[in-house]
Amino acid sequence: MCGATRGGPSLDGVDLEKETVIQGIVTKEGEPVGNAYVRLLDATGEFTAEVPTSATGQFRFFAAPGDWTLRTLAPRAATVDRVVSAQRGSAVDVEVALAAV
Amino acid sequence: MSRDTALVTADWVEEHLSDAGVVLVEVDEDTTAYDKGHIAGAIKLDWKNDLQDPVRRDFVNKAQFEALLSERGVSNDDTVVLYGGNNNWFAAYAYWYFKLYGHTDVKLLDGGRKKWELDSRELVEEIPTRATTSYTASEQDTSIRAFRDEVVEAIGVQNLIDVRSPDEFAGRLLAPAHLPQEQAQRGGHIPTAGNVPWSKAANDDGTFRSNEELEALYAEAGLDRSKDTIAYCRIGERSSHTWFVLAELLEVSNVKNYDGSWTEYGSLIGVPVALGDEPGEA
Repeated sequence: MCGATRGGPSLDGVDLEKETVIQGIVTKEGEPVGNAYVRLLDATGEFTAEVPTSATGQFRFFAAPGDWTLRTLAPRAATVDRVVSAQRGSAVDVEVALAAV
Repeated sequence: MSRDTALVTADWVEEHLSDAGVVLVEVDEDTTAYDKGHIAGAIKLDWKNDLQDPVRRDFVNKAQFEALLSERGVSNDDTVVLYGGNNNWFAAYAYWYFKLYGHTDVKLLDGGRKKWELDSRELVEEIPTRATTSYTASEQDTSIRAFRDEVVEAIGVQNLIDVRSPDEFAGRLLAPAHLPQEQAQRGGHIPTAGNVPWSKAANDDGTFRSNEELEALYAEAGLDRSKDTIAYCRIGERSSHTWFVLAELLEVSNVKNYDGSWTEYGSLIGVPVALGDEPGEA
């Protein structure tokens, strides 16, 4: 996608004063992964939500301020955990790079 | 029913997907998932448009269910294998539904669509054609379906299991963040209900945990096997997942799914509601 911004989906229309956004893109060898699953675990490691990535490898959660773990599963890739700290006011935007197995 | 008869693996499905008498059915919350690719030969059921009455808040009735399955080409003696996204929530809902109307041979694909995709198994876009049938449903088996009055009577008497997330249970949230609609008037839970989120019964890849792990999970939550049990969530789909675990995998007797769930209970006038992380008093 020529000219696409690296990272999560566009934040147009998202009220960052009200929402605590955790989003990003899943890649493998630099290419977006459109068939990954991203799980959001709370600070105690408990499952909170899960989304499949879009065709462009992107995902988004509406969470609450605090520490979270993003656990990413994808075909032919090792599972990756990423700890993020979310707050209201600015979106957390991460790139989850998967290693092929 | 038991784990051996109610649950099949992805390998089993690959071996049997072309068998006469085996019908694969995909049921999703995101009903466009099927259109982007599905297991070869699978037909689609829309959990809302196909399985719920368009006017009243209820299921399609016996005659509507018969018309639906006849038109989709499902026979009474077919082995129906259900799978879907969201860790099989809506597939489990459909499983319970097929049981409610007396279908004999129903199975769930362990791990559903997610496991299938993570295994890089084949998905196709071709939509199968099936000859119409003449399906006959039984009267609803209400021994597996709970209604609001019996839920109120079950407070402090039966096992009540709230399978929503801890924040929904406590009343801090009314719905999962990605589903803002269909909210109840009040947050909280049914007094004396234990909170065992559906997700605790599943592995990361969507497959069910082992029977040993599941037994330990519900024992720790205080499930008393000498009592009847009612599971509920927000609209009855996540609690179908738990109903499947209890009734089919663990073979607990007298388990009902309360499909009215919190969107009904939390809007009733005059019923008791508990707030916070504890079950609360009867």
